[in-house]
Amino acid sequence: MAKKDSSVPSSSRSAVESVAEKKPAAALTQLVTAVEMGARQREISVSEFFTKNRHLLGFDNPRKALLTCVKEAVDNALDASEEAGILPDVTVQLEVVPTGGTTLPASQATRFRITVTDNGPGIVRQHIPRIFAKLLYGSKFHRMRMSRGQQGIGISAAGMYGQLTTGKPVQIISRTGPKAAAHYFEVQIDTKKNEPLVHENKQIAWDQPQGTQVTLEVEGKYQKGRASVDEWLEQTSIANPHVRLIYRTPEGETKEYPRTYHELPPSPREIKPHPYGIEFGMMLKMLQDTKGHSVSGFLSSDFCRISPQLADEICKAAKVSPNMKPRDLKGPVAETLYQTLQNTKIMAPPTNCISPIGEKAILSGLYKQIKGEFYTAVSRPPAVYRGYPFIIEAGLAYGHRPEDQTKPKQPAGPKAEGEGEDEHSELARVIRYANRVPLLYQQSSCSTFKAVLGTTWKHYGISQSRGALPGGPMVIFVHMASVWVPFTSESKEAIADYDEIQKEITLALRECGRRLGLFLRRRERAASEFRRRNIFELYIEEVVEACNRLKGGKLPKEKLKAQLQKIATSRTGGLKTDEALGKTGGGPEGLPDSIIVTAEGIEGAVEIAQQVEADAPKAAGAAVNDLSDKEQMAATNQGKKQKKEPAKPEKKAKNKPVSRKSAKSEKSPAPRGKK
Amino acid sequence: MATKQKKMTTAVEKKLIGLADVVITAAERAKDPTIAIPIRALSNVSFNERKGLIEMGCKKQARSFFNVGMAKKFMQTMLVADALSELQRADLTTSLREIYYRTKHTIADSHENTFDTQDESDPVIEDLEVSLAALREELHVRAENSGSIVGPVVFGDDGDRVDCAKLGKGGYSVPSIVEPEYLEIRRCTADFVLLVEKGTQWNRLSEDKFWRRYNCVLLTGNGQPPRGVRRLARRLHEEHRLPVYVLVDNDPWGYYIYSVIKQGSINLAFESQRMAIPKAKFIGLSSADPERYELPRNVGIKLNEKDIARAKELMNYQWFQKPAWQAEIKRMLGSGLKYELDALANKDFQYLTKKYLPRKLKEKDWLD
Ligand SMILES: Nc1ncnc2c1ncn2[C@@H]1O[C@H](COP(=O)(O)OP(=O)(O)OP(=O)(O)O)[C@@H](O)[C@H]1O
Ligand SMILES: [Mg+2]
Repeated sequence: MAKKDSSVPSSSRSAVESVAEKKPAAALTQLVTAVEMGARQREISVSEFFTKNRHLLGFDNPRKALLTCVKEAVDNALDASEEAGILPDVTVQLEVVPTGGTTLPASQATRFRITVTDNGPGIVRQHIPRIFAKLLYGSKFHRMRMSRGQQGIGISAAGMYGQLTTGKPVQIISRTGPKAAAHYFEVQIDTKKNEPLVHENKQIAWDQPQGTQVTLEVEGKYQKGRASVDEWLEQTSIANPHVRLIYRTPEGETKEYPRTYHELPPSPREIKPHPYGIEFGMMLKMLQDTKGHSVSGFLSSDFCRISPQLADEICKAAKVSPNMKPRDLKGPVAETLYQTLQNTKIMAPPTNCISPIGEKAILSGLYKQIKGEFYTAVSRPPAVYRGYPFIIEAGLAYGHRPEDQTKPKQPAGPKAEGEGEDEHSELARVIRYANRVPLLYQQSSCSTFKAVLGTTWKHYGISQSRGALPGGPMVIFVHMASVWVPFTSESKEAIADYDEIQKEITLALRECGRRLGLFLRRRERAASEFRRRNIFELYIEEVVEACNRLKGGKLPKEKLKAQLQKIATSRTGGLKTDEALGKTGGGPEGLPDSIIVTAEGIEGAVEIAQQVEADAPKAAGAAVNDLSDKEQMAATNQGKKQKKEPAKPEKKAKNKPVSRKSAKSEKSPAPRGKK
Repeated sequence: MATKQKKMTTAVEKKLIGLADVVITAAERAKDPTIAIPIRALSNVSFNERKGLIEMGCKKQARSFFNVGMAKKFMQTMLVADALSELQRADLTTSLREIYYRTKHTIADSHENTFDTQDESDPVIEDLEVSLAALREELHVRAENSGSIVGPVVFGDDGDRVDCAKLGKGGYSVPSIVEPEYLEIRRCTADFVLLVEKGTQWNRLSEDKFWRRYNCVLLTGNGQPPRGVRRLARRLHEEHRLPVYVLVDNDPWGYYIYSVIKQGSINLAFESQRMAIPKAKFIGLSSADPERYELPRNVGIKLNEKDIARAKELMNYQWFQKPAWQAEIKRMLGSGLKYELDALANKDFQYLTKKYLPRKLKEKDWLD
C-alpha cells in the first residue's frame, strides 16, 4: 500500500508551498517577472530534496544518524533473510575512522565505519547499484505485506548521508549462493539525477557462502544510553529472538545476542488493498493502472474481500455500469463509487498478511534480555483500522531476579520514617516496536505510550502517579504488526493514535497487568506466609518457657518446642503453600504465557526459559572477548587449585549434619513446570 | 500486704497451670493451642432486670497461638499467667504495673518486646480474670489505692483498728482489696453512704463535717470508682443495710459512673455479682437541678460532640430505659449544657453542704 503515491514523497508538497509563498512578495516589489520565474522552475530530484531535508529520514544529528544507518542496514538484512526463509545471522560492526591521522576514542570520534553482514539471500548483481544508490528503489513498496522496510529509501538514504558527510561511497559485497561468485561494489548516488554511479565492480573471494555485507562510512557520534545504537540492538534482539546478532562496538567489545527462538516467524502473505483502507486519490490511480477491463472486474480483482457478485452489487448501488471501462471512471461518478465502497458492508481483510512475534517468542526475548522475576506476553487477535489489519502484542518483565533481590544488603534494624521509600521512585520503561523494529524516539506522542499511561496500573498492585508511567522495576513491551503502520511522521518514530489501535493496545496491556497483579498478589501471600512463620517461631520460645515455668520447670522443653515448630510449619504451608503458588485457575500455575522466576527455579513457560538458558553460555549480551592471556592464566590456576585439594571439600560435605537446604533442593527439580 | 496461709496449690494456681496444659496437649495432638476468653463487650452483656444487674453472656472468643493476629496476645497471655502463678507460689500481691514490668523483656534474637506498654498487659490480666473465673484479689493483683472514706465506721486492717470518724478531714484511704479476710468492718453506725464522684467535693463535704451532721459515710473514688471503693460500698450496703446515694457531675460520664455502681460495668460484667448495688440512688447532679436550684446558665458548659454521642449511647442501654432516666438524659441534651458539682460554689462555697444536699435528702429527690 502506497503512502506516497508517486515518485515524490508527500513531504515535497511543503517544498512546493514554500516556493509559492515567495510569490506574493515578489509580485509586490515587482522585482521578478513571471517569465523570469518560469525560467527558474526546475524539477527537484528526490535525492536533492532529501539532501536538504535529511531530518525527515532520521539524520537530524550525528548521534541519531549513526543509529539510522545501522537500523536501515539491519532492517534490510532481517527482511531479506526472513523473506528467503533463512534464520538470520547478523553482524554489526562499528569502527572509529581515524580523522586527521589520529584515532580518537569512540566517545569523541566523529567518523565511523558501519559494516552490517547478513546470511540472507544476497542480491542479484544488476540490482545492487540501484538498491544502494537510488532513492525510492525497492521491492517492498508496491505490496501489501508486513515488513520492516517499506519505502525503498532506507539504505540508499543512509548511503547518501555517508556520501554527503564523508564523501565515501557505499561498499557492498553480495553473494546469492555458495556456487555463485561474490560481487564487490562501490557505489555513489548522483543526487541531481537520483541515479547510481558505480565506482568499483569486481568479483572477489568471500568467506561467506551467501549473504550481503554493506559498509558505510558516515559522520556520527557514539554515545551509549537512551536511544543509542546499543539500546536499539538490544531491543531488536528482544523482539527478534530468532535472530543471532553479533555486535562489535566501536570500543572493541563484542556483544552477542544468541538465537533463543529457533523458528522463523511465519512468512506473512501478501494481500490486496482493502476498500476501507484506501484513499480516494489512491483509488483513482488504481483505476488507471488496473488490468481489469470493467469496473466490476477491477473491484473484484484489485481489492481483497470483494467477490464478483459483491462488485456488481456495489456498482448497482453506486449507479455505475459494471461494464464501464475503469479508465473512464472519473469525477463525481468515481467519488460516488468511492463513497459506496466505504459504506458497503465488506468483510474485514484477511490477517495472514501479518505475522505477529507470538507470545512464546516475546517471552523468550524478554527473558533473554531482561533480568526479572515475572514475564508475561499477550498477542491480541487481529483487528482492523482504516481497512488495514493489524495485531497488537504486549509483554511485561517485572522485578529483579531472586539472586539480585538480596544483593542490596540493607542495614539491619528498624527503618526510620521515610527510609526505604526511594525504592519506589523507579518508573517502568516502555519499549515500543512497529513490525519488530524498536522505536526509540518521540515516545510521548506514540499511541503505545499513551495507552500505557491510560492504563490504571493500580488495579494490578502497581503504583502510579496521575498521568505518569507506572512505578517499579518493570519493562513494558508493546508491538504493533501491520501491513501499514500509521506513523506520526516520515521518520517512523511514533505510532499514530487511532482509536482501534489504542483500544487493542489497552486490552493487551490490561491482560498483562491482570496477570502481573495475580503474580504480585500471590507473591505477597507467600511473603505473608513467611512473615507468619517468623512470628510463630519468634514466640514459640516464649510460650515454651512460660509453660515450663508454669509446670514448675519439669517440662521436656525441646519436645514441646519441636512439636510447636512442626505445627507452625504445617500451618504456614510448609516450604511453599499451594495457596502461595496459586494453584487456582487454568494454565500453568494459572497464568498463561508467563514465566515466573523464583529462588527455587522457573515456573510457567519453562521450556522457553530453558531454551534461553541453554543458549546463554554463549553469554546473552555479555562481553565475549576472546579470553585474554590473563584470564586464561586465571582459569588454569583455578583448575590447579581444585586439583590440589580435592579431598577436603568432599569430606566437609559428608560430615555436615545434613543441611536441610541441600536435601530439599535435591528433592525438587529446579524448574517447576507444567504438570 | 496479705499474709494468708500458704496452701500447697491454690485453686487459682491450678487454673493457671491448666493454661500450660492447654498448650502441651494441643502440641501433642498437633492442634492449635486455643484459650476461650469470654468477650468483654456490650455485645456479650445483658441486663437482668429482675436482679438489676448487668450480666456477662456466654459468648467467647478463641485466642489461638497459630493465628497471626492473635499469636502475640497468646504469648502475652502465657507470660502473664506465668507471672500470676509466681505470685500464687510466693503468696505476694502486686500491682498491674508491676506485672507489666515483671513480664516485659525483649524476645531473643529480635528487637521486639513482649509488651510495649502497660496498655497491653492490663487487658490480658482482665482476660485471665474472666476466663479463669478468678477475682482480681484471688489473682493477688491490686489496683492503686485511690479512694477515701470518712464517717462513723470502724475497720480492722491488718490487726489495726481504724476509726474513720477520727481520721480528720483526710479520712482513710480505701485499699484496693477490701474482702473480709483483708478488711474487717468492725462497727458501723451510719445511716447511709454518700458516694461522691469527685475528690474535690468529697473534700468539701469532709471539711464541713457533713457526715457528722447527717450521720453518713462519705466515700469517693476520684472519678470512676475503683473496685475497692465499689466493693466497700457494696459491703456497707449489704452487711449494714445502708442505702447508697451517688453524687456525680451532671454529664454523660457522671450518669455512667452511677450506672456502674448500680448495675456493674460492661467491661467487668462478671464482677457485677459482688460489686453492683442495684438499689443505689442517683442523688445529683440532675439535669433538673439547674432550674430547681437556680443555677445561672453561665456556669454550665456546652455539651461537645463526644458528650452528645455518649449521651445518646446511654439512652440505648437497657438499664437506662426507665422513663425518668430517658427524661433526665433528654433534658440534658435539650439544654445542651452540662454542669460540674463544683459549679454549685457559684452560689456559695458551702452551698453543697448547707443547701443542696440537705434539700435533696429532705425532698427525697433522687432517681432510681
Ligand atoms: N541485505 C539485503 N539483502 C537482500 N536484499 C536487500 C538487502 N538490502 C536491501 N535489499 C533490497 O533492496 C531494497 C531497497 O532497500 P531499501 O532499504 O532502500 O528500501 P526498503 O527496505 O524497501 O524500504 P525502506 O525505505 O522503508 O527501508 C529492498 O526492498 C530489498 O529488496
Ligand atoms: Mg530498508
